[in-house]
Amino acid sequence: MAELTQAGPQVRTELADRARRSSEYVLVPAVAVLVSAILFSVFLLFLGKSPAQFVELLWKGGFGSWFSLQNTLVRASPFMLTALCVAIPARLGMVVIGGEGALIMGGFGAAVIAIPMVSWAPAPVILAAMAMAGMLAGGIWIGIVGAVRHYRGVNETISSLLLFYIAVSVLNFFVEGVLRDPSDPNKPSTMPIGRENMIGPMPATDVHWGLAAGIVVCVLLYFLMNRTTFGFAARVTGGNLRAAQAQGLPVGRLVMVSCFIGGAAAGLAGFFEVAAIHGKANASLIAGYGFTGILVSFLARHNPLVIIPIAIFLGGIDASGGLIQRRMDLPDATVLVLQGLMFVVLLASETFYGRYSFFRKSEGT
Amino acid sequence: MGDEGTLATVLLAMFAGAIRVSTPFLFVSLGECLTEKAGRINLGLEGTLVFGAMTGYALSLHTGSPWLGVLAAGLVGCVFGAIHGYLCKLPKVNDIAIGIALMLFGTGAAFFFGKPYIQPQAARLPSIPLGGWSDNPAVQQALEINPLFIIGFFLAVAMWWAFRNTRWGLVVRTTGDSTPAAVALGIDVDRVRLLATTVGGFFAGVGGSFLSLSYPGSWSEGLSSGQGLMAVALVIFARWNPLACFGAAILFGAAGALGPALQSVGISEGYHFFNAAPYILTLAILVVAVSPKRALRGAPSELSITK
Repeated sequence: MAELTQAGPQVRTELADRARRSSEYVLVPAVAVLVSAILFSVFLLFLGKSPAQFVELLWKGGFGSWFSLQNTLVRASPFMLTALCVAIPARLGMVVIGGEGALIMGGFGAAVIAIPMVSWAPAPVILAAMAMAGMLAGGIWIGIVGAVRHYRGVNETISSLLLFYIAVSVLNFFVEGVLRDPSDPNKPSTMPIGRENMIGPMPATDVHWGLAAGIVVCVLLYFLMNRTTFGFAARVTGGNLRAAQAQGLPVGRLVMVSCFIGGAAAGLAGFFEVAAIHGKANASLIAGYGFTGILVSFLARHNPLVIIPIAIFLGGIDASGGLIQRRMDLPDATVLVLQGLMFVVLLASETFYGRYSFFRKSEGT
Repeated sequence: MGDEGTLATVLLAMFAGAIRVSTPFLFVSLGECLTEKAGRINLGLEGTLVFGAMTGYALSLHTGSPWLGVLAAGLVGCVFGAIHGYLCKLPKVNDIAIGIALMLFGTGAAFFFGKPYIQPQAARLPSIPLGGWSDNPAVQQALEINPLFIIGFFLAVAMWWAFRNTRWGLVVRTTGDSTPAAVALGIDVDRVRLLATTVGGFFAGVGGSFLSLSYPGSWSEGLSSGQGLMAVALVIFARWNPLACFGAAILFGAAGALGPALQSVGISEGYHFFNAAPYILTLAILVVAVSPKRALRGAPSELSITK
């Protein structure tokens, strides 16, 4: 009898236990963000600036009005897509940081395929071809990283970064050479895709469709990584390579496909930069979105769903940069300092996981 | 003139360029080599390099002494190295990820503090003219060697000797090859790695000061073209041997000088392609040199990228 009556509370404690254990993954990053905010405030005070004003301007420039919120959302979309370029390979235990290169190649590939099509094809056909080309170019770019990792054991962090520099050279080589638009005397660019072929804003907003695409891709990849055999196999490989090999999992294919998917997401970001913002490929593609994407993915602990709010948060910081620069007389690199600081503190906070008994399974359950 | 003259010009320009361009590679790779020998990898040296370049330039501008700038660059490099070394000491903290974060933080901080130094002209490091024997002005110009290059050469030799023949060298090598063995010998592994990363940061900072104080010789945000990262690949290519690092740095310098050298004789076609040469070379070297089947000869066994 006594055992039966205990069943109810036991279920409840088990649930509370689970909630307490998973709260570790929310609390530790939250404290890390708070600590970096404090450190950054000290930095500002040291320079004789007001942290309160900084926070106020951050809110005003990033989220405070419909205008600034839209500005934030426009910036959040490439952050989401390039963060996926880090998050998906990260599930296999790889640190890929070349999302910027995949974005450049994606944007370049999209712009190039549009050149012969502009004269005859209708806009939807051109855009579809551009999106495919962008994803393919980005996917192949990071796919190379996966291939040299699997076949040659080359460290993916270094190779992906080298490929970023190579992507910059490839872009400059063509844009300042054979593919240069002769009618544009200012900035070397490819031929424009034409205003009528560009992607417009979503209804009732000034935010282009890249945001919707970013959210959809995040959700899709969350399901791929958490609810499918592929995702499970990938996570097993990331957890223990030997065990995955012993199970007969196709480790090489998993590595390369994951890298391809991540690269394709970043390539899609490049496509939107070309098709919705610049209308052509030029050096403006090299805007550092891929590097912020690394921070986004680490802050989100490589979870595609968590990437969405984090990307919007960092998009807000980015969007308020101009206002902060003008009002507080700080250099535009202020945002970079804040991001770098957050990144360092966040990674250092990894050491606190599993250190406190509060987050552990309670005794006897 | 004709083809022979053109070829000579290209070769001379490449030789001069190799010496100029290789100096930052040399210092960063020696710093990375020391850090990696102790069993840790510091990808943040790129940030250290850029911050060192900014600090060196700023100090040279304010004090008028470029050598003080070099020293200051080295010292801030120490600080960055110490931060990396300290954070990686904490359990569960990944040295590669911390390196990336410090790279972004270092470049961001350098751009932040470097804004006022983009315009003014600071005193640069003097060169030693070794080409006095030649009447040819091109040869004379090519042999204007920076003292840092010579210091770097002797540093490489000294490190090579010290790794083999000194107690300190043995301690560093043991730490990098086997943590349990080092602990059994009573070595404080964390402290050795912290010191190795700190000194490595010093070298990287000095390498950065060369960029802003000698060649290209002024501070700008696009100053570094990833030398700090390529140094990581360069050390692998040099198989963790400081003397080989010197040779590899010269090779990278030559690859980097290829584009400008060809431009000097009017071949500007494909300039950006030649600009990419060092990166393509690095990637090719990695693909050829590394193998998934066996550990690399000379590789410290505790290193996370070769494990």
